[in-house]
Amino acid sequence: MTAPAPTLALKAKDYKSDIKPIWCPGCGHFAVLSAATKALAHLGLPKEQVALISGIGCSSRLPAYIDSYGFHGVHGRALAVAAGLKAARPDLTVLVAGGDGDGFSIGGNHFLHACRRNMDMTYIVMDNEVYGMTKGQASPTTAPEWTHSKMTPHGTGMRRFQPAAMALAAGATWIARGFSGDPSDLTRLLVEAIQHPGFALLHVLSPCQTFRPEQRDWKRQVHAFADSPTNDPVEAAQRIHGDDGMSLGLIYSQHLPVWQPLNEPATTVATLEEEFRV
Amino acid sequence: MPTPAAPSETRSGSFSVAVTGSGGSGAVTTGLILLEAAARAGYFGMLTRSAGPQIRGGESAAMLRLGPAPLDCMDDRFDLLVGLDWLNVSRFVDEIPLDRDSLVLADPAAGAVPAVLTQSGARVREVPFKELAGSVTDGRPNMVALGVLAAAGGFPHDALQAGLRAVLSGKGHRVRQASLECLALGFAQGIETLPGASGPARHPVARWNISGNEASGLGALRGGVRFVAAYPITPASEILEWLAPRLEQVGGSLLQAEDELASVNMIIGASFGGIPALTATSGPGLSLMMEGLGLAIASETPVTVVNVMRGGPSTGIPTKSEQADLNIALFGMHGDAPHLVLAPLNIADCVFTTQWAVQLAEHLQTVAVVLSDQSLGQSRTISATPPNLELPLARRTLAAADGAYQRYTRAAGDISPMAAPGTPHGMYTADGLEHNQRGTPSSKASDHLEQLDKRLHKLTAHDFGPHWAEHSGDGETALLTWGSSSGAVREAAARLEAAGTPVRVVALRLLMPLPRDALRKALAGCHRVWVVEQNHSGQLFHYLKSLDVLPTDARSLARPGPLPPRPGDIVAALSEDA
Repeated sequence: MTAPAPTLALKAKDYKSDIKPIWCPGCGHFAVLSAATKALAHLGLPKEQVALISGIGCSSRLPAYIDSYGFHGVHGRALAVAAGLKAARPDLTVLVAGGDGDGFSIGGNHFLHACRRNMDMTYIVMDNEVYGMTKGQASPTTAPEWTHSKMTPHGTGMRRFQPAAMALAAGATWIARGFSGDPSDLTRLLVEAIQHPGFALLHVLSPCQTFRPEQRDWKRQVHAFADSPTNDPVEAAQRIHGDDGMSLGLIYSQHLPVWQPLNEPATTVATLEEEFRV
Repeated sequence: MPTPAAPSETRSGSFSVAVTGSGGSGAVTTGLILLEAAARAGYFGMLTRSAGPQIRGGESAAMLRLGPAPLDCMDDRFDLLVGLDWLNVSRFVDEIPLDRDSLVLADPAAGAVPAVLTQSGARVREVPFKELAGSVTDGRPNMVALGVLAAAGGFPHDALQAGLRAVLSGKGHRVRQASLECLALGFAQGIETLPGASGPARHPVARWNISGNEASGLGALRGGVRFVAAYPITPASEILEWLAPRLEQVGGSLLQAEDELASVNMIIGASFGGIPALTATSGPGLSLMMEGLGLAIASETPVTVVNVMRGGPSTGIPTKSEQADLNIALFGMHGDAPHLVLAPLNIADCVFTTQWAVQLAEHLQTVAVVLSDQSLGQSRTISATPPNLELPLARRTLAAADGAYQRYTRAAGDISPMAAPGTPHGMYTADGLEHNQRGTPSSKASDHLEQLDKRLHKLTAHDFGPHWAEHSGDGETALLTWGSSSGAVREAAARLEAAGTPVRVVALRLLMPLPRDALRKALAGCHRVWVVEQNHSGQLFHYLKSLDVLPTDARSLARPGPLPPRPGDIVAALSEDA
């Protein structure tokens, strides 16, 4: 997509709504909210031309906190709502926000198919490796040996879902990892994601202070990807699989055909009806 | 229900024909040509089809009923059965009742006529379809059979030729020419015209040849739908296949979704974007959509679902009809979730009912479920041109706001203006969470009660006008029905009336919200009320009982699919009760 010229001079705070977030103090999602408003201001997008779609979970509360059009739907289906909206209204800038459970567990199928549809939208996943809203259960990205949930007292015993690898395999055309502890870089990545023509996955490590306090250490564990982004899926796959999951930055960017109907009428319904006349 | 052995004497001069054959024998093509030819000759009528379980190449049956007046149901019996061969014909015998007045046209090359057919007492006449076709280069036995049955039905040869050319327009010249030669050979067999064949309408009006699924697609377009997302499912897929290229032509689009969870949420997204949106599915898909439909209701995002019912529960009988999804359509959602449920009353009515449903959903900002079924969707009708009613029902949108926009305000009634993205100062977040008038999530009891009231009252306060039902007749006996059963019920009533028993018919098109006062008025003075429907448990009967709109001694006449409700069965049930 092409960003309109930033003539409106809206500031980041102009994109904030007056609704107070329900998040816990210190939650990583505050930084994502802030990065989102800064990215929108940077791009100078008119507020009414932006639609932010989400499902259910702590991170999915984001739309109400941003002064644009928003849809807070049901658990796992944000990408489907967004696909319908973008198909019908290609003029809008469509952002989708959610968490690791919403996107990779209950919404896993939609995630795969949103990647391969490659519609022009940005998917921000705030990954804290836990279900926060339901008070601390393991998610698909939780390490198998994490035993702090009463629901999985022995740990999940299952390997972690690999968002970047899955997105690449399914056909996403822009894949990056960000960190809520590095808000300026997060803003930069988000701007780039919105500008990318196609399906962009911004996987954000966003710590949960309440149920995963050990994630406070993430700020010491993250590091930049050693290599610059690639448009070669084989190279990208090697980089993703060779990574410790804490590397930050753009991994893969590729320009491929975007799925988007034209929505231009060529005839009328009355004309179509003639086919039934005896 | 037993099928009366003797044919009814009050059939309206119609003529019923069935063609059966194994895969590739062209039974359905034969039926389609005959229907098109009959249409061109001035008949009204309908074509239903039945198929075995094979994906492709299995045996199939085409069943037609043709006559000088509009027909909305199959008859109790068939005048003529053409067997191209007898492979697995026992699968169809329940659906093709024969009697001593019936004629079976059989090819001696196909072997003896199976006992399941001859035990009806039907006469058998042998015609060597295969041998005759063999005398024509590229000749096909079904085209010879078509000529024979056209002669038996009294159809003019030129109409048959025109119908053949129309249906086979996609085939090459040689195929068409060979077919026409076979047709002539069949015609020349000297079959006498059967007594039931009374000819076409004397003054034929303008007519359409359309299937129920095409009609639902057209109704959607007339209603303004410009976005469809859906997942393929039998017997609804033809709606989607018809719509896909045509939506593009009128400036819309169809997105084939990864599953029904996606398709319902996709149409919610498009509708949120200001574009009227619809999906089509059948029972299993509708089950998956329930959570999404609750979201559309809570967020007041209009969407329409055309549910083409098939035998259930679970995978059930995908290729055959049943009216057994009423309960889930009415009550499938969790929470208090008021919405619209409608059902088309015949094949052509799929146009109007779908259009009305879309426009009601748009106007009332809610969900509309349209309960079509396989017997409507996959059948074709020759009917009078469906009227295009201009319905003054549209979405109330926000032109501009002063910055104090409240999406769910009740300040000017319970239908609040819905801002489409792109509208300055109309920003809001639609939400499945309970919310206040502004749309901000709220768990306050007062906000919950207020929004529950809003979502209910906007429906109950709406004046649905005269289209909620088609009713006719008077007398103290009433037949109350819905959807596709209406055709058989109306014909049963006509027969009873002709026999001296006046019968009232109320065929419900709007099932939720049910116009209780109007229905009570329609039934006033009735001592006997029968509720007729095609399911096992009497879903409409129990629904109406719960709403206290039936007299205490009302009776349920519920029979499951896949056999179609037949007028004779309804007459017989009422006669036994007298």
